[in-house]
Amino acid sequence: MAINFDNALGIHPQALALREKRSEVLASNLANADTPGYKAKDLDFRAALKKSMPSNTSMERTQEGHFSANDRLLGATMMFRNPNQSSLDGNTVEAHIEQAKYSQNAVEYQASLRFINGKFSGLMSALRGE
Amino acid sequence: MPSMNIFDIAGSGMNAQSLRLNLVASNISNANSVSSSLDEVYKSRQPVFKAELKNVMDMQNTSSKVSVVGVVESQEPTVMEYAPHHPMADGNGYIYKPNVNTVEEMANMMSASRSYQNNVEVLNTAKQLMLQTLKMGQ
Repeated sequence: MAINFDNALGIHPQALALREKRSEVLASNLANADTPGYKAKDLDFRAALKKSMPSNTSMERTQEGHFSANDRLLGATMMFRNPNQSSLDGNTVEAHIEQAKYSQNAVEYQASLRFINGKFSGLMSALRGE
Repeated sequence: MPSMNIFDIAGSGMNAQSLRLNLVASNISNANSVSSSLDEVYKSRQPVFKAELKNVMDMQNTSSKVSVVGVVESQEPTVMEYAPHHPMADGNGYIYKPNVNTVEEMANMMSASRSYQNNVEVLNTAKQLMLQTLKMGQ
């Protein structure tokens, strides 16, 4: 019974990586809030998570060259945001929305971090056996 | 695996906005600089921002920094005023005033400082998250 970090930590490391990527995208939206013609982007977290979930109906890989359907978490689809009010210069960044998304993402990042820390402390107490 | 990309991005945003603030300061302070010829008169200066794509074909690299492509002079007509007793008046008794619109510049300044603050907030939050990540498992 070897200790396997992948099994112990579950989906959380990947979720953390994806949320970090998303915070990068949202930060670049906010940095480009005054760039003419810039289109606001975002990652679809739910779709990406679903893609990386191990499922029973995963596709069989019968040859070496086949792509695996499951290991592309960071290949989450990038999508453009639909603005509520578009501006004349073609910029679709709405600062308040991006700010809200960014802070939501930051809280979710902390949640993922807390899950991982919980798993680690569980492992530690299992190792100590007290 | 904390990447430091987000600091670059927010930093480039702050860079661009502080240049914009500098130009606003220059425009406002020169709003009343009179000149005696059309060529020498101060013209309002505006920055040109552009999103910097690292690699267009790479779908992973879709976050982009801001780059300042350049500074352009406003093409709006400068004000020509008949003031024969002015020390700067030309042969026909005209002085030339800059095409700076101070009200526009004030609005510009507020927008720039708000954007700058946004980027600072992003930077602070990212920094806190990174510090927490460093403490993972302790």
